[in-house]
Parts: sequence; structure tokens; C-alpha cells
Amino acid sequence: MTAIVFDRVGKQFGNFTALQEISFTVEQGDFFALLGPNGAGKTTLISILGGLTRASSGSTTVMGFDVQRDYRAARRAVGIVPQELVFDPFFTVRETLRFQSGYFGIRNNDDWIDEILAHIGLTEKADTNMRKLSGGMKRRVMVAQALVHRPPVIVLDEPTAGVDVELRQSLWAFVRSLNADGHTIVLTTHYLEEAEMLCNRIAMLKQGRLLALEDKDKLMSRGASRHLLIKTASTGLPAALQPLLASQSEEGFELRLADCNQLESILVELRQAGVGLKDIEITKPDLEEIFVEMMNQ
Amino acid sequence: MQGFYTLFYKEMLRFWKVSFQTVAAPVLTALLYQLIFAHSIGQHVEPYPGVSYSAFLIPGLAMMSMLQNSFANTSSSLIQSKITGNIVFLLLPPLSHMEFFLAYTLAAVVRGFVVGVGVIVVTLLFAVPPFAHPLWMLVFGLLGCGVMGILGLIAGIWAEKFDQLAGFQNFIIMPLTFLSGVFYSIHSLPPFWQNVSHFNPVFYMIDGFRYACFGVGDVAPWLSFGVVGVTFLLLSALTLHLLRSGYKLRR
Repeated sequence: MTAIVFDRVGKQFGNFTALQEISFTVEQGDFFALLGPNGAGKTTLISILGGLTRASSGSTTVMGFDVQRDYRAARRAVGIVPQELVFDPFFTVRETLRFQSGYFGIRNNDDWIDEILAHIGLTEKADTNMRKLSGGMKRRVMVAQALVHRPPVIVLDEPTAGVDVELRQSLWAFVRSLNADGHTIVLTTHYLEEAEMLCNRIAMLKQGRLLALEDKDKLMSRGASRHLLIKTASTGLPAALQPLLASQSEEGFELRLADCNQLESILVELRQAGVGLKDIEITKPDLEEIFVEMMNQ
Repeated sequence: MQGFYTLFYKEMLRFWKVSFQTVAAPVLTALLYQLIFAHSIGQHVEPYPGVSYSAFLIPGLAMMSMLQNSFANTSSSLIQSKITGNIVFLLLPPLSHMEFFLAYTLAAVVRGFVVGVGVIVVTLLFAVPPFAHPLWMLVFGLLGCGVMGILGLIAGIWAEKFDQLAGFQNFIIMPLTFLSGVFYSIHSLPPFWQNVSHFNPVFYMIDGFRYACFGVGDVAPWLSFGVVGVTFLLLSALTLHLLRSGYKLRR
């Protein structure tokens, strides 16, 4: 079954178009990254998924339930970690999680609450008032709030902002284990290396439009050019290769390759010019380069 | 049902955790009103035959405190949740608009009753009303607190900042409660202001509650019940419509 379906979803705020006819699906078991610069419409799309915002057009379903018509079933199927750091200062961590369980119709949820707290390293803080937690701890409680009802689909909107490296890694280990257990994960993040490391599918949004939607490996293999770093015995570069020159340093010449097939002709040029090679290295583009290139298109 | 129960319990726990501010403070305020008004004008006024001014004040002060605190419970909880952003944790779960409405309103009624009992207990030191019709007391207490809890919901939904909520409270709720006959019988007013008072639904809450205490009021209890009941139903319908439409809660 498809976990999430966005079908020609549009959203207007007055004269401002936040989303234009967005259509894509997220399959069950996906670890899906939703990327885009600020204002691209990521949070609006997630808000529509969670029922916080009503789409102006189109339809959205979670686990087959329409987020408007079957809103109760749809909301039970999804757990969302909001982007803003918000908490209720009146209550402790455990009270917060018990209330959140109750809102989803679950009583006596302490076993699962304890398990979540252990995974996110907050067991010791269970009876601490939310006000007394650090920013990173509050964010982890927000993650726990999204998980109390064991939703099949989990959406994390910038979950690691303000969380230190060690805790970020333990959080990802937990989310990965949830994904391995069959939970569908949708992630937005500004740390593109996280998306590259964790996700199997990626969508890119810009100004409310869908720019790309691909398997990560496919996306990584196309788009941004590869770079070839060559160290030569001489200080010059054959004239025929000058158009490919991206930069020059003590390390050598960095050439930009549109694709790997160019490599052979470059080596021929070097040999014909009598330029000896001391070292050669090809670098693959990372997601950040692909992202920047796509956003500049 | 579990969602309703949880939200209801959470809203009660919220005010109970700061009960010094939400219960003790209004009880003290009512006690001060009783001390000052009863002492300064109590000896000169007998609002109803055989009813001292000290006794007359008790149901008025109790009901005024109940109404103001019911309003404060829903309105302050909602505006705080909206401004801090934690309202999102109520909007993401599958709570229906009816569960949301009932949980907030009933918690407001509970706070109103806790404050009302506190006010009656401390003011009994000055006089003991006969409490002639306990059932009417319960009916007007429930409906009055319900109406003001619902008004607090409307104000909390509508207001986007504390300033707007304070405006609602100071320019609508306070005049309605102070000009409702808490401190006087409307028969002591000139005819024009007596007529104006009849357009104030809070007057019927106070007068109905006072009738329940003494068996005598400015208007018949069934008229008060009718006006307060219709106000309750109209405001409930409006609030349920606002919640269903997502007005100012969902974009």
C-alpha cells in the first residue's frame, strides 16, 4: 500500500501561492527526504498532511485515509514532529506524553512511553518539568510526542535543529530502527548529509513546485557534474582542456566533468601534450552540490 | 471519548497546578469585596425585605467569581497554547471539535465551581443565606459557568495576542458582570437602566442564582433560566461552528 499520496495539492494564502499542484507518493517503508530552501512549501505540505492547514485544491491521503474526509483515521496513521520548538510549560515529560497518548485514544501507555524515553535518552528526565529541559531535550520530547500512538507514518520536520551531534546520532539510530520495523519516515532537514545518509527517496521543492522526485541513487548519479583532480608533472594544462578547468591550486588542476565518458578523451589530450600524470582523483557530487545546482536552475 | 477525558483532565490539572493564582486569589478578592461593601454600605441598605446586604452580596459575589474564572480558564489556556505554539499538539491528534468543546467548557465549569464554593465558604463568616432552592443553584451555576467558559473559548479562538484578549475581558466581560446586579438589586436603578439591565444575560445568571439562595429575585427564575439557556445554546452552536471550520486555528 502507498503510505502517502499528494494528488495535485495546491495552497493559496491570499494572493501568495505556497504550493502549485504538487503530486507525488511515498511508499510504505520509504525513508523519504523532502528538501528545499526556506519558503519552498515543505512545512505547508506537511501541515496539510497533518490537518493543520487545509489545501486549496487537490487531495491528500495517509495510509489510504483522506486527511479531510477521514481525518480521524488519517491522523492516527501519522505522527508529526513540528519544526518550531514548542512545549507546554505546566507539565512534566511523562505527563506531556500521557496526555498526547490520551488525545490519540490510548490509555495506560507507560510501557511504550518508557521505551521511547530510553531510546531518546530521557529516562532520567521523565518527571522533570518541560521548562527545565534544554532545547535539545525539548526537541526530543517532541519526537516522543509524535511516536506515542505508534503511527505507521512518521514525519520529522527539521528534527535535529539544535540537537548536538551525539544525540543526533542516537536519534537517527532510533528512527532508522523504526524504519527497519516498517515505519515510513518522511524527513525535512537542512543538513543534507543526513538526507544523503538516511533516505532512499528524495523530493525537492522550490517556490511551491516539485523540482525533482527520484530514488536517491538515481538523483546522485545525475545532475551535478563530477570533478576530476589531476596532479601533473608540469605546471601547464593543455589548451584543449582549459574550458573544463574549474580551479587550480597547489593540489593540481580541478576539471569539471559533465559525465565519466569525458575521462578517456582527457587522458588522451594529456598524453598527446606530453604532460605526465602524478596523481588522479574523481570526486562524486554530494547531495548538497546537486541541491544547489537544482535550486539555481 | 478517551481524547475528551484526557483533554478535560489536562485542563483541570493546568489550573490546579497554579491554584494559588486560579482559586485562592479570586476567593481572596471576593472576601475583600464582601468586607468593604458590606461594611461601608451594609448598614444602610436592605435589598429585599428580611435580607441583609451582607447576605445579599454572597450569591452575587460567588456567581461573579464563578463567571469570571470560567471565562479566564478557557480563554487563558487557549491563548497561551496559541501564542506558545503548543496548540499544535491538540490539532494533530484525532480530537473531534465536540470533544475539544466539551473538554474545555467542562474544565471551565469545574474551575468556576471550585472558586464558587471557596467564595461561599469564606463569605459565610458574614451571613448565612437560606439556600432556598439548591437545584436552581446548581442549574444557574452550571449554565452560567458554561456560558462564560464558552465565551472564553470564543475569545481564545479569536484573539491573536494577549492584548486582544485583555480587550475582550475588560470591555465586554467586566462591564457585563459588574452591571448585572452583583452589588445591587436592579429595582434600585432608574427605569431606563433597569430596562438596559434586562438586555444583559449575565443579569439573569446572577439573579437566578440569587433567587436560588433567597427564594426571591428581581425576575422570575424561569425567565432567567430561559434567557441563560438560550444564550448557552446559541453560543455553543457558534463555538462548535468555529471549531468545525478551523477558524483561526487551522489555516
